[in-house]
Amino acid sequence: MSGFLGDWHALAVLFVAGVIPNQIWRMLGLWFGGGIDEGSELLVWVRAVATAILAGVIAQIVVQPPGALASVPDVLRYGAVVAGFVVFMLTRRSIFAGVVTGELFMLAGKWWLG
Amino acid sequence: MQARFLSRPRPPVALPPLDSPEWHSAFRAFAWGLRSITQTILTIVLFVTYLGIGALAHDTHFSLAWALASTLFVWAGPAQIILITTLGSGATVIQSAIAVTVSAIRLFPMVVSVLPLMRTPTTKRRELIFAAHLTAVTLWVECHRFLPQVPRERRIAFVHGLGCGLVSVCLTANTVGYFLAANLTQTLGAAILLLTPLSFLFSTARNSREIADVVALVLGLVLYPLAAKMNSGLDILVSGVVAGTIAYGVHFWREARA
Repeated sequence: MSGFLGDWHALAVLFVAGVIPNQIWRMLGLWFGGGIDEGSELLVWVRAVATAILAGVIAQIVVQPPGALASVPDVLRYGAVVAGFVVFMLTRRSIFAGVVTGELFMLAGKWWLG
Repeated sequence: MQARFLSRPRPPVALPPLDSPEWHSAFRAFAWGLRSITQTILTIVLFVTYLGIGALAHDTHFSLAWALASTLFVWAGPAQIILITTLGSGATVIQSAIAVTVSAIRLFPMVVSVLPLMRTPTTKRRELIFAAHLTAVTLWVECHRFLPQVPRERRIAFVHGLGCGLVSVCLTANTVGYFLAANLTQTLGAAILLLTPLSFLFSTARNSREIADVVALVLGLVLYPLAAKMNSGLDILVSGVVAGTIAYGVHFWREARA
C-alpha cells in the first residue's frame, strides 16, 4: 500500500467498518433523540460499556504496542503510564502534566537504558 | 488604565455579549466558532491524539489518504484507533466493524443531549445533520461550555465553525504525524505513538464523574489483558461489555441502597 491513495480495498473497508458504524449512531440520535431521557438507566449502561471499550483500546496499545512503540521495553511503557497517572492526580487532573510526565519517563528510560 | 484592564477578571469564554451586532450574521457566528478552537486546551489534546493516529496509520501500512478520509468521515478518535489496531492485528472486516460499532454507541447519547442546545422551534431536522456528524466527545464538552454564550438562532452556525476548525486541526495533525512517523528515529516514533494512550487515559479519567464511569475505566484496563489471552479477535468487545456491565451493576447497587 504505497502512494497517497493506497488501494481501493482499504478505503472500502474504512467505509464498511469505520464510517457506517459511527454514522448509524449519530443519525439514530438525530432521528429518535427527542424521546430518550438523558438520565435513563439504559444510557448509564451504554456509557459504562463505551468507557470500558475505550479503556480496552488504551490497554491494547500499551500491552500489544503497534509499530515503533514495540521497541520500548514493557517496563518503560507501563512505567510511563503509571508515572503520568500519578502526576495527573497530583496536579488536580491536568491532562497536559500527565501526558508530558509519561513521555519524559519513557524518553529518559530509553536514554538511560541506551 | 492598562493595569486596570489587565487585572479585570477574564470571562469564562471570550465571546461577544449575546446582544452584540457580531451575532447578526450567520457567517460571523461561524467565524466566532472557528476562532473558539483557540479557547480550549482540548484542541491541543486533539492535535496530539491525531498526530498519534497519523503515526499509527503509517506504522500499520495505511495510506495518508486513508487516514485523512477516516478523520473526515468517521470523526471519532477512539473508533479510528480501534479500526486501525484491529485491522492491523489481523482481525476480519466484520470483527472490526463490530468493535467499532460498539465503541460508537456512546455517540448516540451525545447527539441526543447536544442537539437540543441548538434547536429552535422552527429548526428542521436536516439543518442539524452536519452538527450531528461533527458531534464527538470534544465538541460535546465544548458545546456545553460555549453555547450558553451564543444566541440560540446562531448556535448551529457557531457549532459548524467550531467543528470545521477542530476537523482542520486534526487533518493537519494526521499529515504531520504520518510524515513524522516515516522520517523519525524509532524513539521519537514511539513517543508519538505513546501520546494516544496517555491523552485518552487522562481525558477519560477527567471526564469520569460518576462511580460507573470510574469502575468501567479501571476494570476495562485490567480486564483487557485477560480477554486478550482468549485471542478471539473480539477481545476489546468482550472486556468492554463485561467491565461496563459490572460497572453498571455497581451503579445500580449503590442507587438501590441509597
